[in-house]
Amino acid sequence: MEEIGHLFQGFQTVLEPYNILLMAIGVLLGVIIGVLPGLGGANGVAILLPLTFSMSPTSAIIMLTCIYWGALFGGAITSVLFNIPGEPWSVATTFDGYPMARKGQAAEALTAAFTSSFIGALFAVIIITLVAPQVARFALAFGPAEKFAVYFLAFCSFVGLSKEPPFKTIAAMMIGFALASIGLDMMTGQLRLTFGYTPLLSGVNFLIAVIGLFGIGEILLTMEEGLQFKGSAARIRARVVWQTWLEMPKYWATIIRSCFIGSWMGITPAGATPASFMSYGIAKRISKRGKHFGTGEVEGVIAPEVANNAAGTSALLPMLALGVPGSPTAAVLLGGLMIWGLQPGPMLFIEQKEFVWSLIASMYLGNLAGLIIVLTCVPLFAAILRIPFSIIAPVILVFCAIGAYSVNNSTFDVMLMMGFGVIGYLMKKCNYPMAPLVLAIVLGDKAEESFRQSILGSQGSLGVFFSNGLVGTIMTLGLIAAFWPLISRGLDVLRRGVAARA
Amino acid sequence: MSEEAQSAQGTGPRYDVVEIGMAVAVTAFGAVVVYGSLLAGIDWASDGPRAGFFPFYIGVFIVISGLIILVQAVMNRSQTMFASWSQLRQVTSVVVPATIYVAVIPTIGIYVSSVFLIALFMRWLGRYRWPMLLAVSVGVPLFTFIIFERWFLVPLPKGPLEDYLGY
Amino acid sequence: MLTSNRIRSVGAACLGGLLAMSALPAKAAWEPTRPVEFIIPAGTGGGADIMARTIQGIVAKHNLMKQPMVVINKSGGAGGEGFLDVKGSPGNPHKIIITLSNLFTTPLATGIPFNWKDLTPVAMLALDEFILWVNAEKPYKTVKEFIDAAKAANGTFKMSGTGSKQEDQIITEAIQKSANVKFIYIPERGGGAVATQLVGNHVDSTVNNPNEAVSHWRAGKVRPLCVFDGKPMPYKEVIADGKSWADIPTCKSQGLDMEYLMLRGIFMSPKATKEQVDYYIGLFQKVRETPEWQKLMADGAFNATFMTGADYTKWVADAEKTHVELMTAAGFLAK
Repeated sequence: MEEIGHLFQGFQTVLEPYNILLMAIGVLLGVIIGVLPGLGGANGVAILLPLTFSMSPTSAIIMLTCIYWGALFGGAITSVLFNIPGEPWSVATTFDGYPMARKGQAAEALTAAFTSSFIGALFAVIIITLVAPQVARFALAFGPAEKFAVYFLAFCSFVGLSKEPPFKTIAAMMIGFALASIGLDMMTGQLRLTFGYTPLLSGVNFLIAVIGLFGIGEILLTMEEGLQFKGSAARIRARVVWQTWLEMPKYWATIIRSCFIGSWMGITPAGATPASFMSYGIAKRISKRGKHFGTGEVEGVIAPEVANNAAGTSALLPMLALGVPGSPTAAVLLGGLMIWGLQPGPMLFIEQKEFVWSLIASMYLGNLAGLIIVLTCVPLFAAILRIPFSIIAPVILVFCAIGAYSVNNSTFDVMLMMGFGVIGYLMKKCNYPMAPLVLAIVLGDKAEESFRQSILGSQGSLGVFFSNGLVGTIMTLGLIAAFWPLISRGLDVLRRGVAARA
Repeated sequence: MSEEAQSAQGTGPRYDVVEIGMAVAVTAFGAVVVYGSLLAGIDWASDGPRAGFFPFYIGVFIVISGLIILVQAVMNRSQTMFASWSQLRQVTSVVVPATIYVAVIPTIGIYVSSVFLIALFMRWLGRYRWPMLLAVSVGVPLFTFIIFERWFLVPLPKGPLEDYLGY
Repeated sequence: MLTSNRIRSVGAACLGGLLAMSALPAKAAWEPTRPVEFIIPAGTGGGADIMARTIQGIVAKHNLMKQPMVVINKSGGAGGEGFLDVKGSPGNPHKIIITLSNLFTTPLATGIPFNWKDLTPVAMLALDEFILWVNAEKPYKTVKEFIDAAKAANGTFKMSGTGSKQEDQIITEAIQKSANVKFIYIPERGGGAVATQLVGNHVDSTVNNPNEAVSHWRAGKVRPLCVFDGKPMPYKEVIADGKSWADIPTCKSQGLDMEYLMLRGIFMSPKATKEQVDYYIGLFQKVRETPEWQKLMADGAFNATFMTGADYTKWVADAEKTHVELMTAAGFLAK
C-alpha cells in the first residue's frame, strides 16, 4: 500500500507542466531517432545526456526515458513501411508488417504495432510497480549457464520454422554465427577472423547486416519488379485505428504470452531483440493461422511488438535495482544516473524513493503520451508511401548510409552495408532464409560467451547446463521447442488414433 | 505471376547457374572462416578453448552445407530463368550508382555525394524538372546536416567542401 | 590545399609563439576552430564513457570552450579502433582521446600496431582504484582468511572481471603470483555484470572499481577486503557497516605485495604543438575545479592525482613497463 502512495506522489511530480513538456519533447525526439536507422535509442540518449546536465535528475530521467519509449515505438515505422528495421528489436516486425504494407494495410499494421507496443510496455511497468524487489532477486539467479540456456531457448523457438530448404537454412544460420565471431574474442582477448584488417576490428555489427539485407535488398527487388513500393494506393481512413483495435482482442492469447516472454527476457537480461524473435516464433507455432505468418498476418506484428516493448521496459528494472543494464540504452541511462550522483543498485529504491517512483510514474504516462502521438501520426507515416519511388529510394539509401556509418563511425561499414544489400537480393532470389542469419548475428557471440563462461566455471563439464532446477527447466524447454515439429506430429498421430478408436 | 509474364518476354540468366554460383560463394566463405580460425588457434589452452575453436567448426558446417547445396543444384538442373536481362538492368542501375556513392563517401563526404545520388535518381528514373530536382537533392542533405552536425552533434564523414566552410 | 581556417590557425599559432617569446602573458595562444572530437576507446555506459560524457557536460554547462565537444565511442578490438583512429590523424588538433589501461593492454594482447608514444600526452585526470570484493555471506573477513580458503579450494575459486587480458585479469594474475594460489578467471563484458555475478554467488570474488560495487556494498551484499593502492583512499565519509573508503586497508599491508592503479588520462593526435597541448591542459584544469567533477571523484573514490608534461610522460612510460612485465609473466602477449 505504501508503494501506491509513492506512485501517486510520482504522478504528481510528472504531471508538473515543465515535466509534461519534457515528456512530449522526449517522445518526439525518440520517434525521430527510432525512425533513422542506426541512430538507435542508445545513441540518442547518449547524445542528449550532456544536455540534461542542468536539469534536476528527475526531469532529466523523464526526458531521457521518454526518448527511449519514443525509439521503441518508432522502430516499427520503417520496418512496416520499407522493410528496414530502425532498431534491432524491430526486425521480427518486418516479417509480417512489411507484407501487410504491400497488401495496402500499412495503416492497420502500424496501428497494431503501436498498440501492441503500448500493451507490452504497460504490462512491464505494472510488473515493475508491483514486484520490483522480488523480480530483482530472480535476475540475480542468472549466471552464465542460465544465460546460455535462455539464448538456447530463444534460438530453438525460432529456428526450424522456415519453409526454405534445410541446408540453406543451416548455411544461413552458420554464416550468421561466423559473422558474429569476427573481431575481438571477449573470452581470450584475442582478435580473430580480422586478417589484420583494421576496419574489421569492431566486427560485423548486426545493424549493418540488417540494413543491407532487408533495406537495400528490398530496394533492389523493387527495382526488378518495376519501380514501386506496393501498397502506395492504400486509402487512409481515420476509422482504421478503431477497426484494428476491434480486431486485436481476438489475439488475447498471443498478447498475454508475448507480455510474459518479453518481461522475462528483459529482466534476465537477454534483451528486447531475442524476445521479439522468440515471441514471433512461438506465436507462429501455436497460432491457428501460423501457416500464413510471413504473408501479412496482423498477429505476426502483434507478437514481436508486444514482446519487444515489454522487454525494453522491464530491462530498466535490473538496471535500477542491480546496476546491470538490460540493454545498450539502459547502459547509457545507467551512466546518466551516475553523472547525476544517483547510485543505481539495491539502495536506490530505499534512499531515492521520490526519484524512483517519479520514474515509474513517467513510464506509465510517457508510454501513454507516446501512443497518442504515434497514433495521430499514422496517416502521416502511411502517406510517406505515396512519395514516388525515384525520390524515396535515394533518400532511403542516404539514410541507410548515415545509419550504417553512425553505428561505429566507420565508412567501411557503409560499404559493407551495400555488400549485404546485394547479398540480400541474391539470397532472397535463391531462396535462402535471412531470419536465421540475422538471429545468429544477434545471439551468436553472446551465446558463445556464456557457453564458454559456464564451461570455464565448471572446468569442462557439460553437466552445468542441468545442474539446478532453473537452468535445467529452461534447457528442457529449449529442447522441446527444437523438436516441436516432431512432437506435434506425434501428438497428431496419437490424437487421430484416439479419435479413430472412439 | 508477374515473373511468368516477364519470362515470356525476354531472355535472362538461368536460375541454376546463379544457384551454383551462390553455393560456390557460400563454400568459399566457409573456407575463409576455417582459414581465419586456424590462424587464431583452434585447440584448447589452459583457460579453455582458444579463439578459433568455435568459428572453426562453424566454418566446417558452412563448407559442408555449401557443398551439399552445390551437389543438389548440379543434380537438379532446371531451365527456369533467374530474371530477365531487362530486369537485371534495372537492378544494376541502382547497384552501380549506389556502389559508387558508398565508395566516394570517404573522400568527398556523405553530404556532397548524397546530393549527386538523389539528383541522379530523380533525373534518371523520375525525369523530374531541374527546380524540383535541385530542391530535393540539396534540401535533404542540408536537412540531415543540420540535424546531425548542428543539433545532435553527430559527426558524419565530410570532404573538402565542408572543410572549406570550416566544419 | 590550405584552407582559410588552417591558415588562420597556423597564423594564430605563430602569433602565439611570438607573444610567448616576447615574454608577454601567454593568453589563449591557440583555440579550437571547429568541433573537438573526444574519442572513447570503450563502449557506452562504462567508466571511461561516463567520465568523458561528464566532461562534455561540464564543458557545455560552464561554457569552457567556444566550439562544441563531440563524444564518439570507438570500442572495436578492445579500444584498438579508437587508438588507431587518433594515431591516423597526425596534426589534427581537434581530436583528443581518453584512455584506460587498454592503452597498454590492447596492443600487447592483440598485436595491433599501436603504442602510446604514437600519441601526444596531454594530462592525467585521475587514477581509478581497484578493490578486492567478496560476497558478504561468505565467512572470510580478511585477505588472509580469503587466500587460505582459496588455497583450500584447490584452484576452483572463481574470480570475475571485465574483459580478458585486461586490467582485472592482470590483477588476478598478480594475486596468484603473490599469494601462490590459483583462480578460475571468468571474463564479463562490464563492471556492472561482474558485480552482479558476485552478488548472485556465481563467482567467489571480484576486483571491481569502487563505483561498480559501491551500491551492493551499501546494501550489505558484498564486502571489500583490500585496495590495490600504495596508501588507503582519502574519502572518510561512512559508506556501509560504519566503514568508509579510508577504512579499507591496502593489500600490501595485508600481505598481498602488489599495487595497481588504472590511468584515466587524456592524449591527443600525433604532432600536436605545445600551444595546442597547453590549451587542453588549461581546459582540463578548469574542468577539475568544477563541483561536478569533484563530486564524480568522490562518488567513485578516485585517486585524484593530476599530472602533465614530463611527469605525466614518465608515469605512462613506467606504467607501460609494469604492464609489459606483468603480461609477459602471465603469457598474455599476442603470439
